[in-house]
Amino acid sequence: MAIVVKRPKLKWWEQLYIPGIISGMRVTLGHFFKIVSGRKKVTMQYPEEKWDESLPEHYRGAPALVKDEQDRERCVACQLCEFICPPRAITIKPEEIPSDDKWAKVEKRPKAFDIDMIRCIYCGLCEEVCPEQAIYLRKDYAITGTSRAEMVHDKKKLYEIGGVRVGLVNKWNELK
Amino acid sequence: MDWHIIIAASVKIVVFVFLVTLPLVAMSVWAERRVSAAIQDRVGPNRVGPAGLLQAVADGIKFLLKEDFTPDHVRKGYFWLAPALVMVPALMTSAVLPFGSSLFGEKMVIADLDVGPLFVFAVASLSVYGIVLAGWASNSKYPFLGGVRSTSQMISYEISLGLSVVPLIMIYGELNLSSIVQYQAENGWALLPLWGEGLSVKGFLLTIPVLISFIVFMTSMFAETNRLPFDLPECETELVAGYHTEYSSMKFALFFLGEYAAMIIGSGLAVTLFLGGWSLPFGWLTPESADAAVPWWHGLIHIGTFFAKVIALILFFIVIRWTLPRFRYDQLMRLGWVFFFEIALFNVVLTALLMWWLA
Ligand code: SF4
Ligand code: SF4
Repeated sequence: MAIVVKRPKLKWWEQLYIPGIISGMRVTLGHFFKIVSGRKKVTMQYPEEKWDESLPEHYRGAPALVKDEQDRERCVACQLCEFICPPRAITIKPEEIPSDDKWAKVEKRPKAFDIDMIRCIYCGLCEEVCPEQAIYLRKDYAITGTSRAEMVHDKKKLYEIGGVRVGLVNKWNELK
Repeated sequence: MDWHIIIAASVKIVVFVFLVTLPLVAMSVWAERRVSAAIQDRVGPNRVGPAGLLQAVADGIKFLLKEDFTPDHVRKGYFWLAPALVMVPALMTSAVLPFGSSLFGEKMVIADLDVGPLFVFAVASLSVYGIVLAGWASNSKYPFLGGVRSTSQMISYEISLGLSVVPLIMIYGELNLSSIVQYQAENGWALLPLWGEGLSVKGFLLTIPVLISFIVFMTSMFAETNRLPFDLPECETELVAGYHTEYSSMKFALFFLGEYAAMIIGSGLAVTLFLGGWSLPFGWLTPESADAAVPWWHGLIHIGTFFAKVIALILFFIVIRWTLPRFRYDQLMRLGWVFFFEIALFNVVLTALLMWWLA
């Protein structure tokens, strides 16, 4: 059904445009002076001012591996995250834990664990899927590098970002 | 012609055009970005130099270093000629603008022509050729449409621009811009006749046509310089970038700077005709006559006054740009031909009647 749009009938002074221009300029100049006088602040001067303190709890930054309270790497190299990762950012090379190792009963650990941060889309699916709570998205967001190789986080770097996380997974603890 | 005149003229050209107007062009680009940012609650370029003032230098270096790409399908000669044709007329018109009274006995105007406004209109309208050539030589549809739009727009508004100045020329009885400014310095600015002969019933009544002229003149100036709300030749939403779509690097920069140069010269002309040029209000520090020598510090103050007024007007241009939405094309044409043309004509008659009645 066609709708006839009613055009408002303008008064003669409205048709002059000049009052319209003046009231428009009142709006823009209002914004201008508020910003210039510093009464209103909207933008953050990024490298000098950061919003790190106000990052929300659920912020999804760079994914990282964590160790548990006994300094064991939590990752058991099940490769679930490698498979679920939508842009295939994760590459894992698993290896067997030698039988004389303290954690031999865990059987498997990653030999190499690379996350290509150019590919990662910070979706958090790796964290979601991990059965061992071994991979977490941290609050680091300024991931930069001057080459592609530099943008690949290897195992060492991932543990460096991740650090230690306690609790939640206890099945490999000696007590049990 | 003796050497003294040539040397004085060259010094004035170099100082006024290359050391003042061109940096002013760069600064107005910076001002445009900062002001628009503040209007939109942003910050704008603030990294290069104090408060981002050197941003223009960085931009210039970037423009120079970028690849100067000429597409295969363009008509090369015209394609290369077009950017210069936009920039040069804009700068050439600055020759007749009196940017100060006099300094060390030298009149602060490059060419003291007796047909100032006519020269400005004659030369400034040449820049439409640059845009037409750019649109045509680019050999692709968006620049072509931009060029066509620009031509019709400039032709339409040229008429009201010219006609809007006629009442002023009738009032001043003079076509020499320096004498016009001198007259305003003694008898009150066209828009502010509060001293000298202007302080009379005649002076006040004549501000009515002058005000109408001013509105028509300014609006036509917006259209002439292709700025919002009349930037149809290059509106991004419809025509990608209009007539300079195919241009890159310094050639694009010439279009870009040509627009700002035209804006500055337009402001200069508006200041000269309507706002008393380099003169201070209330006849302060007014020289005896157009040719009288003034102390050097008066001269400097006059130059400062001129540029202060021009900068204020440029800021006005900028604020208007970020306030008003773009016109539709038929509205633009209607406004030009049906309203401004008639108003300007009527205004000429009104001025004549007023002057005859008050004589
Ligand atoms: S956050 Fe998403 S994209 Fe990044 S590594 Fe994990 S699963 Fe892959
Ligand atoms: S991080 Fe988690 S999901 Fe990925 S391989 Fe290790 S244990 Fe499996």
